[in-house]
Amino acid sequence: MRLHTTTTALGTLALVLGLAAPAIADIRIGATLSETGPAAFLGDPEAKTLKLLVDEINAAGGVLGEKIELIVYDDGGDPNKARTFATRLVEDDEVVAVIGGTTTGTSMAILQVFEDAEIPFISLAGAIEIIDPVRPYTFKTPHTDRMACAKIFADMKARGLTKIGMISGSDGFGASMHKQCLQIVGDYGIEVLADETYGPSDADMTPQLTNIKGKEGVQAVLNAGFGQGPAIVTRNYQQLAVGLPLYQSHGVASDGFIELAGASAAEGIRLPGTALLVAKLLPDNDPQRPLVTAYKASFEAATGKPVSTFGGYAHDALRILVDALNRAGKAEPQAIRDAIEATSGLVGTTGTVTMSAENHLGLDLSAFRMLEIKDGGWKLVE
Amino acid sequence: MPELMQFLLSGVTVGAVYALVALGFTIIYNASDVVNFAQGEFVMLGGMFTVFAFEAGLPLPLAALLAIIATAAIGVALNKLAIEPARGAPVVSLIIITIGASILIRGLTQIAFDKQLHRFPAFSGDAPIQIVGATMLPQSLWVIAGALAIFVGLWLFFTRTLTGRAVLATANNRIAAQLVGINTKYVMTLSFALSAAIGALAGVLVTPITLTGYDIGIALALKGFAAAMLGGMGNPKGALVGGLLLGVIEALTAGYLSSQYKDAAAFVIILAVLFAMPQGLFGRQSTDRV
Repeated sequence: MRLHTTTTALGTLALVLGLAAPAIADIRIGATLSETGPAAFLGDPEAKTLKLLVDEINAAGGVLGEKIELIVYDDGGDPNKARTFATRLVEDDEVVAVIGGTTTGTSMAILQVFEDAEIPFISLAGAIEIIDPVRPYTFKTPHTDRMACAKIFADMKARGLTKIGMISGSDGFGASMHKQCLQIVGDYGIEVLADETYGPSDADMTPQLTNIKGKEGVQAVLNAGFGQGPAIVTRNYQQLAVGLPLYQSHGVASDGFIELAGASAAEGIRLPGTALLVAKLLPDNDPQRPLVTAYKASFEAATGKPVSTFGGYAHDALRILVDALNRAGKAEPQAIRDAIEATSGLVGTTGTVTMSAENHLGLDLSAFRMLEIKDGGWKLVE
Repeated sequence: MPELMQFLLSGVTVGAVYALVALGFTIIYNASDVVNFAQGEFVMLGGMFTVFAFEAGLPLPLAALLAIIATAAIGVALNKLAIEPARGAPVVSLIIITIGASILIRGLTQIAFDKQLHRFPAFSGDAPIQIVGATMLPQSLWVIAGALAIFVGLWLFFTRTLTGRAVLATANNRIAAQLVGINTKYVMTLSFALSAAIGALAGVLVTPITLTGYDIGIALALKGFAAAMLGGMGNPKGALVGGLLLGVIEALTAGYLSSQYKDAAAFVIILAVLFAMPQGLFGRQSTDRV
């Protein structure tokens, strides 16, 4: 049954793609993204970004004098489907490089296919496991949860906050960030006095926050979470008048969060976010400013939707790939892989990328900006 | 002491949300023995319709009313298009149909609206009310009042009105009900309309607290279902008590034991109750003549 549906889906897709893009293109780049399904809010802007940028590149004459042909499959967030599409990209479409794996689940399921086929693969998923340990052909663009933790703890330390309470979502995002924050918290001389969790669809977190508030010596609270949880935590935080500095994660770095939590409850919250979110606030001499402003403008003009960090991951992946193609001088997987690994000082939406044989992410902490919510808008802290 | 009070208030707030969802299960279950797993979707639709009508510029009460009417219409459509054609099918098949309907409604909502989370302002502001050192948002009182009002309404409906008794009669024995002149088709349509309307009202009341989005229905339906089972499926009193109990157990576990075990503790207690009282706390004893 599964085989049958997959075959039908493949057939339909092949038909659509065949009709949409007459095959005159020469450099074939593949992608398997979660355009639909539970991770659609990630995969949808990623797919739109790739299509938009490839059109722009081709209109400007392509890369190495040849046009790029983009082959995108929608895996619906299902690792099984992603694996089928990955095999198809390698065996049937004969791509020279692959972007994708919207989620950690799909990325981990498909990376071995590309390792075996020796084709460079740039994942758009968060988990550090994708590039740690380093695999020769696997790269990724998004910063890791651990970097977000590091950014937050560095800011706490600078403010002299050394005893904190944590409240984390029990979903994948919250649990992963919670784990990674606890791994490095000691390096910053910060102590976690209270450690609470909540379910991803819980409606009230006042019991957990009451316990954190009642804990002697807590100086700040960190909420590792995603979706509605952080908005409810923020509202309960105001309701209980906890009155300590509140930190949120990069998972809620969007205008939607301020709207959901309410400007008055969100006032003074700090969180790490990317330059893309605050394009307008960046100083004129910021190296990322022209790039993020241009991407934001073209994405919003083409789709009518606000730009998201996730689309930015796809933007950076394609940018790294195109840069590598230009430096490699030929569209061969091995040459592209070597060129990606030699990426140096490439400015993207999430930060400046410098890769090496030991580092297939290539971002440092400057990729995150510490933001503060002020009067219903964002303010750069640094 | 203020801690205990805060835990209890939190439990009552969350419990009232569960109770509202659980109450929605009652009518359809009483009319047809079907547990309608699309009930959570009705709650979601109530919230989503209100959000979009409100953002389109309608005043909140009007937006809420429209949402309730629109959701009731969807409930009727669900009955006419999916449940009625499968009339002869066993209850289990009908339950599976409602699961399918919930997936369809979720998918259509994604396309018709969007995949983002939304909320609209609370009815009476966000200034917390102080009760013995603990706090509660005014919206919680609305939710509790809504749950009580629906409970009283349902209780009167089932015990004091002919239509209500006709609903119970239909569930008991459809053919016998038809023989005494009850239009069972009408009863089914009515029960879906009422259930959907109650679900939508729940959605309107809880959205300022829980937020809404196309996919919140599953989690709400699951907790509402657990509450209804705990209290006794089909009994409005059971839904109310079951919901509040579930909420308070969760809050006390999160407060005193560990927030990790909050859901587990609630479900362990439900299992224990169902072992001792398989009908739930207030469920009707069913006896079959052989």
